[in-house]
Amino acid sequence: MNTPLKRFLVLAQTVLICIAAPVWAETQEKTLDNGLRVAVKVDRRAPVVVSQVWYRAGSMDESYGSTGVAHVLEHMMFKGTAQVPSGEFSKRIAAAGGRENAFTSRDHTAYFQTLQKDRLNLALQLEADRMRNLLLSPEEFAREIEVVKEERRLRTEDSAQARLYEGLMAVAHASSPYRHPVIGWMDDLQHMTVDDARAWYERWYAPNNAMLVVAGDVEPEQVFALAQQHFGHIAPRRLPPRKPQNEVEPSGARRITVKAPAKLPLLALAWPVPRLQMPTQDWEPYALEILAGVLDGHASARLNQTLVRDRRLATEVSVGYDAVSRGPGLFVVDASPAEGQSLAVLEAALKAEIARIAREGVAVAELSRAKAQVVAAQVYQQDSLFYQAMLMGEWSTAGLDYRDRPLRLAKLQAVSSEQVSAVARKYFVDDRLTVAQLDPQPLAATPETFKRGFAGARHAR
Amino acid sequence: MHAKSLLGYVIALACCCIWPAWGGLNIQHWITSQGARVVFVENHDLPMLDVSVDFPAGSARDRVGKAGLAGMTRHMMQLGAGVFSEKEVAERLADVGAQLSSRGDSDRAGFVLRTLSAESARTQALLTLREILAAPRFSEDVLEREKARAIAGLQDAATRPEYLGGRAFALALYADHPYGLPESGEPEDLASLHRADLLAFYRQHYRATAMSLAVMGDISRTQAEQLAEQLASGLPTGEAPEAIRAVPDTAMGSERVIPHPASQSHVFIGLPGLTRDDPDYFPLYVGNYVLGGGGFDSRLMEAVRQKKGLAYSVYSYFSPMQARGAFQIGLQTRRESTDDAVATTRAVLKQFLEAGPSEAELTQAKNNIVGGFPMRLDSNKKILEYLAVIGFYRLPPDWLDTYTARVEAISRTEIVRAFRARVRPTALHTVIVGGQLAAESGQVPR
Repeated sequence: MNTPLKRFLVLAQTVLICIAAPVWAETQEKTLDNGLRVAVKVDRRAPVVVSQVWYRAGSMDESYGSTGVAHVLEHMMFKGTAQVPSGEFSKRIAAAGGRENAFTSRDHTAYFQTLQKDRLNLALQLEADRMRNLLLSPEEFAREIEVVKEERRLRTEDSAQARLYEGLMAVAHASSPYRHPVIGWMDDLQHMTVDDARAWYERWYAPNNAMLVVAGDVEPEQVFALAQQHFGHIAPRRLPPRKPQNEVEPSGARRITVKAPAKLPLLALAWPVPRLQMPTQDWEPYALEILAGVLDGHASARLNQTLVRDRRLATEVSVGYDAVSRGPGLFVVDASPAEGQSLAVLEAALKAEIARIAREGVAVAELSRAKAQVVAAQVYQQDSLFYQAMLMGEWSTAGLDYRDRPLRLAKLQAVSSEQVSAVARKYFVDDRLTVAQLDPQPLAATPETFKRGFAGARHAR
Repeated sequence: MHAKSLLGYVIALACCCIWPAWGGLNIQHWITSQGARVVFVENHDLPMLDVSVDFPAGSARDRVGKAGLAGMTRHMMQLGAGVFSEKEVAERLADVGAQLSSRGDSDRAGFVLRTLSAESARTQALLTLREILAAPRFSEDVLEREKARAIAGLQDAATRPEYLGGRAFALALYADHPYGLPESGEPEDLASLHRADLLAFYRQHYRATAMSLAVMGDISRTQAEQLAEQLASGLPTGEAPEAIRAVPDTAMGSERVIPHPASQSHVFIGLPGLTRDDPDYFPLYVGNYVLGGGGFDSRLMEAVRQKKGLAYSVYSYFSPMQARGAFQIGLQTRRESTDDAVATTRAVLKQFLEAGPSEAELTQAKNNIVGGFPMRLDSNKKILEYLAVIGFYRLPPDWLDTYTARVEAISRTEIVRAFRARVRPTALHTVIVGGQLAAESGQVPR
């Protein structure tokens, strides 16, 4: 597959790049004249390429009445252009052995394909086509909006945990569009039209609002040439101005109760915290990441060890904080109480653990354990080509430079016990807290039906 | 290990990992002095090591009245072992950035360890795993806590349609065959478990002669041999447990509707399918791509989602197991459209059983499976999972090498023959959680 000469050349090239700059030197980036950013990460471990097109348009860019349109458009992107009829995109990628899909978040919408390395051309050709030529037929829309409603029923309506989280986000944010669910409110989906989808497409789907990330066994110059060939002719659009839509500073605790069919209660606590904005200068987001690790980075981390294992107040506990985002940062702790324990006791215990860190900081061993996870994760994540491309896209759409990622590791390493307790003191105060609790509802008892043999007979007709 | 030196490692590796090496996997295999089977791929691209250990200790080894014993034994093994307390086990792994998880299904129970390959990290992680395998404490105190947690989790799961449907589906297919026993157990069975049960289960099933090890990553063959000897030492001795008994044929299918207030019905249709060493594995696998395995390429997705907008997710798959694992079709649809979705699904299946795939569909399926094969093996984690399956099920060492050729060789006729033999419509079981809402009843979901 690889001739010895080719191996040597590639190796020689690699070594040269390495001498120039470490770690992320194997990424190269170019911006086309129409504003499309093209970033390439070379990884030759397998004869495979990942291609991702990121649009800087997610649910946070939606407005009241049309929540969910970013995600609906994502579905419609598979529904055909003049050149590539509905369903053909997926068929052609599948015929080439590829896997493909897309995802929408608060911050972005991204489309991806994984293929053998010599088939990148196909992915770029198809992505360029649907960046500008989407048909958006009313008939296709009418069917697909039903699929999206089914998706919402599956993921949210019928999931007590998802409904609690949806409620939490809606209450924890007052002014930021982060209060809307990515999939949209059901009422907005019921009233969405193909014109809403078209307006969204025409507003945001443009080369100057997108980034192509390619990772794998590829030559960057060839990727740039292919990108120019397929995307180069697409004219940029004038993008609407983006307002900051900053979240207002909370002025008192907020509480929400969600009733849904379940057995276990669930408690979620959320505090607004900073996100990463200047990776070279910020320190608080790094301290918050380490705090998350100290609380819940491994099986013997504080919350699991203290509240689940030692005191047996909770059956499960978990912590979430994502430093990289376009919108306001949120630090979330959730937990299910053990049998016979009240939510009030659990809430007090969770807060007490954070207060203890605010007061006393963290032990040396605890701190270095949290950092060991971060360092190891930096190695492990290189096992996934997809994830590496994903990080580049996420950082970029959040307005950060992914080439600063090595710095992040050094910054996390440098976090001190004092810094961890400083952020715990500053941000984890009751007047900034939102509490969401799941009030479990029993299922109604209804008799069931059972037929032996009938199904087969009916099926045979 | 100090975090600082690890950072140096990260920087160094970024320059060294880009070796243009591919051309099939060089899979090595041997048997340790204790009788454990080892499957190994040496790869130095990344400074890390993945190890999995598996035993024939899955939930099919449980018995009625003790459902969940296999799963609880496996789970409890990590919670205190030898000289290390529960907390020390977790801390020793966390200190070196190692990640340990346990996994189990009807056939297998085991552990997956990912660690940095630097000697100090690797040694500490593997010594910890060795204690877990050789000297689990099964402390009564920890067991009481974990039983309570598992029971609470099950009681909560029992409110969810996907869990209720999955349980009913397994019971319909397997009745009193051990594949009908739930991996996560039953609340009352879990409540009755004692330390002695776990210890006895461990001694009978976690034997070196029954162990299979998969090793992938940055160590030499010599180091891998040492690692395998070390992990297999100290395990209970004795014969490997007997094979799981065959799944009997059931002549007649069934239909069960379980009421539930959710807005969607969850539908399960299927029957016992195929074994790991089944001669029909390839025709069924390739054929199923066309029926419901190929995502947007599949007939079920086309008919149920693309044409009618009835579901977000609809699929079919075979789970090859030691005895016959399930063939399953699944979908979720709003309750008002349950009957439509079920009828559409059955019509697709019926037509597929009659005529099989078209030539064009078969070509498309082969192109995807063969063309996508490199992506199945493009990371250490994915390779480890294949090695684990090859080792546990004693698949031939050239299984991966011949895989695409065997897919290419499948014909339409073989697919039709295999499907008709295995998927007899009269034997299909259907479970619906939720169920059609009668329009005239005025009943609304929730």
